[in-house]
Amino acid sequence: MTDLTRLSAARLAETLAAGEASSVEATRAHLDRIAAVEGDVHAFLHVSSEDALATAADVDARRAAGEELHPLAGVPIAVKDVVVTQGMPSTAGSKILEGWIPPYDATLVEKIRAAGLPILGKTNMDEFAMGSSTEHSAYGNSHNPWDLERTPGGSGGGSAAAVAAFEAPLAIGTDTGGSIRQPGAVTGTVGVKPTYGGVSRYGLIAMASSLDQAGPVTRTVLDSALLHELIGGHDPRDSTSIPEPLPALVAAARQGALGDLSGLRVGVVTQLQGDGYQPGVLARFQESLELLTTAGAEVVEVSCPSFESALAAYYLIMPAEASSNLAKFDGMRFGLRVEPEDGPITAERVMAATRGAGFGDEVKRRVILGTYALSAGYYDAYYGSAQKVRTLIQRDFAAAFGQADVLVSPTAPTTAFRLGEKLDDPLAMYLNDVATIPANLAGVPGISVPNGLSDDGLPVGFQILAPAKADDRLYRVGAALEAALESTWGGPLLDRAPELG
Amino acid sequence: MTTQSTTTTASTPRLVPYDDAVRRYDPVLGIEVHVELGTRTKMFCAAEVSFGADPNTQTTPVSLGLPGALPVVNGTAVEYAIRIGLALNCQIAESCRFARKNYFYPDVPKNFQTSQYDEPIAFDGWLDVELEDGTVHRVEIERAHMEEDAGKNTHVGGSAGRIHGAEYSLVDYNRAGIPLVEIVTRPIEGAGERAPEVARAYVQALRDIFRVLDVSEARMERGNVRADVNLSLRPTPESPLGTRTETKNVNSFRSVERAVRYEVSRQAAILDAGQTVIQETRHFHEEDGSTSPGRVKSDAEDYRYFPEPDLVPVAPSREWVEEIRATLPELPQARRRRLHDEWGFADAEMRDVVNAGALDLIESTVAAGATAAAARKWWMGELARRAKQDEVELAELAITPGQIGELQQLVDAGRINDKIARQVLDGVLAGEGDPEQVVVARGLEIVSDDGPLLAAIDEALAAQPDIVAKVRAGNQGPVGAIIGAVMKTTRGQADAKRVRELVLERIGG
Repeated sequence: MTDLTRLSAARLAETLAAGEASSVEATRAHLDRIAAVEGDVHAFLHVSSEDALATAADVDARRAAGEELHPLAGVPIAVKDVVVTQGMPSTAGSKILEGWIPPYDATLVEKIRAAGLPILGKTNMDEFAMGSSTEHSAYGNSHNPWDLERTPGGSGGGSAAAVAAFEAPLAIGTDTGGSIRQPGAVTGTVGVKPTYGGVSRYGLIAMASSLDQAGPVTRTVLDSALLHELIGGHDPRDSTSIPEPLPALVAAARQGALGDLSGLRVGVVTQLQGDGYQPGVLARFQESLELLTTAGAEVVEVSCPSFESALAAYYLIMPAEASSNLAKFDGMRFGLRVEPEDGPITAERVMAATRGAGFGDEVKRRVILGTYALSAGYYDAYYGSAQKVRTLIQRDFAAAFGQADVLVSPTAPTTAFRLGEKLDDPLAMYLNDVATIPANLAGVPGISVPNGLSDDGLPVGFQILAPAKADDRLYRVGAALEAALESTWGGPLLDRAPELG
Repeated sequence: MTTQSTTTTASTPRLVPYDDAVRRYDPVLGIEVHVELGTRTKMFCAAEVSFGADPNTQTTPVSLGLPGALPVVNGTAVEYAIRIGLALNCQIAESCRFARKNYFYPDVPKNFQTSQYDEPIAFDGWLDVELEDGTVHRVEIERAHMEEDAGKNTHVGGSAGRIHGAEYSLVDYNRAGIPLVEIVTRPIEGAGERAPEVARAYVQALRDIFRVLDVSEARMERGNVRADVNLSLRPTPESPLGTRTETKNVNSFRSVERAVRYEVSRQAAILDAGQTVIQETRHFHEEDGSTSPGRVKSDAEDYRYFPEPDLVPVAPSREWVEEIRATLPELPQARRRRLHDEWGFADAEMRDVVNAGALDLIESTVAAGATAAAARKWWMGELARRAKQDEVELAELAITPGQIGELQQLVDAGRINDKIARQVLDGVLAGEGDPEQVVVARGLEIVSDDGPLLAAIDEALAAQPDIVAKVRAGNQGPVGAIIGAVMKTTRGQADAKRVRELVLERIGG
């Protein structure tokens, strides 16, 4: 019998629809896989076997009764722990939320449940999505299935590792500065950051409200399109949600897979290559460009000078918003509550003790940075200037999209780094997101498609960026590249990953 | 000899009598009024708003500040804010953003308040405030902005419900997220010795406007309207502004007036002693009308305001603003002027009516069929006397304008006279029903059946034959004596006019 865990979500959905396997069988197969490899990978913070099997059984019964189901009904999914799930722990990787059971579902979780996707569990992440390696998780880091001594990227390393290790065919990630795309690149998976406002943020435990965006983590471009169409669309509970309907994403992916990119202009961003990028990363990038050219695309060079300041602006705006968003974690209403060891028990002192004990170092670092950046007398110099840089970056994007239909770059400058290698060097850690951050600052969508292995045998990713609300272009170009790459490789990249367990 | 700190004694000079203080110092006011909007749901979520619900039952993940929750602006609250802005002659912003005011306090669930900072929805307005003697003082409005209310802390144990010394504190988040509009004046100058009256009249005028606009129940005693009163003194109106204090949460009209008086006296004493007024927030004490220092701010409060990234700007279209403007109800001051003209009262009469709170009552009484003069006569005369006697407001008397209208109609129809009408009033106030019912039940209707009247007249004429003679001789003067006798016999229930006719008929016949 086929190993149901090795199928893409689209294939698994077809298998379920054809009655060749049940959702309970598919879900059990993934739960078994989780049981077998979690000791190595540690992608999950919480596995919800009973809940997942109950959903699967329900879907099977509805299918047997001839009910019309969502195309992904019965296909299991993993959800990043930063997304709140009713009745299921949601810690965002932090001690401060240990034991908190949310009384409500995020909008995207409501949609997942309504479509009948069994939720396998909640995936590991850097605390409050602050990090690029999962090493800032309060519950221990995840491991890269390609090399267990290396990080799976971050913050959504858990979701990427789960999908790469065949523990789940689909996962939800969130991307504030690259937390979907960078883990995708270093684990050989596909990750999409939709247009800002394309997927509701209601129920995402916020890090930086103006940058956060949830999106799909999958093994194929088509699977991302399927999941994106499920979770996306307008939500009246999120004021920043886009009112217009999503473009046709699945159709774009299917069209792209046919391999014809005639008439498409691909812009290579001058500032997102060169210094700091591993030679293997750049070599694979060039090869992918050639494949796009072969498919009929025209490659042009575009310059986005303000991107040089993106990282600096990001590390003011993100911590500023985070310092305010994380203020609510104070031990007064939910989650961890720590009373001071000596002295009076006052609200202020309980808040301080709780935050002192509940937050990790990286969170404290960003809260302090953000508090400083917003302080009277410093606001204009820091937060104010950063917002101006943000406007310049948006203008650079607008100009570049006048010259090209999509922009491309390597997703991350390097392959997966070793655990512990950058833990004590925050700046080196931050540099991982240099190519992904501009998209968040401008609100434009981006995808990372696995495009080969570097000289060290580890996967690298190819990033495609499109104008806001033109997410369909990501899928068309991404699927075309994926098809071209797989025909040269003779199969998916993940087939070359080492066996686990 | 004494080692006592001199600052302690020096910092508490005695109060300067108010009249003395305002002779030598010019007070400048600044008033911030918060009004809770009467929307069905909260500012940023669908939690219901109603007074007196069980604690923490009117909440959602948004108003509890749960992780992941996001705000959505209540469109009705925006409309109410625009109504208030237009009524205060403000400009309405074409686009304005919310901001986060960051500070840690348990009654603020997110540890920031979503407010408006540098982009208020309404700005640059004014309100003409009328004092009791008719003097008009123009108050300039700097801004009116939208924000959300905090929850309510209850400190249990310890002294006087204060946080210090309390055993524990309870927080009710029902109030958290209720929409507020805060209205901030520019410095109110030129009020002089009448600053306390101006302050009171301003807050009262705002309260009346909120009610007419139907944006809030505006009940002071429920905290729907709360005032923060800023006051500073300067030697002369030409001097630069002095250092101000802000007395927080002054929650009745009378308290507003008292708080201003107290601060004038207190600050004058400090200045007289050559000391400087400390810029601080102060608490008002109802019991003795004094103020005391609030929380000492060790370092300058830094709220780290920044634009709320979870909300898009509020951009009311000009068409919508004009639509709201066109449907604004008549405002209290315009209404007073119109009624003044319609009723034809003298200026002093009109002021008395307004000050007695009788405007609505008279208007309704007129609507119920009485003339303005008659309505005024009742409410400002007999009813005012009774309200004073019972120590209640006119509106609290157990009689409605409709009943007064009915009473007056009985008089006008000649079915009772003024004297009997007072007895009918007694009956209505005693809960015996409408005037008509009281008249019937008490048998107060004027006797218009000629039979019993003629009997009484004949009796009176027989008793005073000399009068009959005089009248027959052409002198009608003494007829009154006969009428009086008849009225006495009929206990005042006879129609005096008819009695007169019958008497003359009888004598003539």
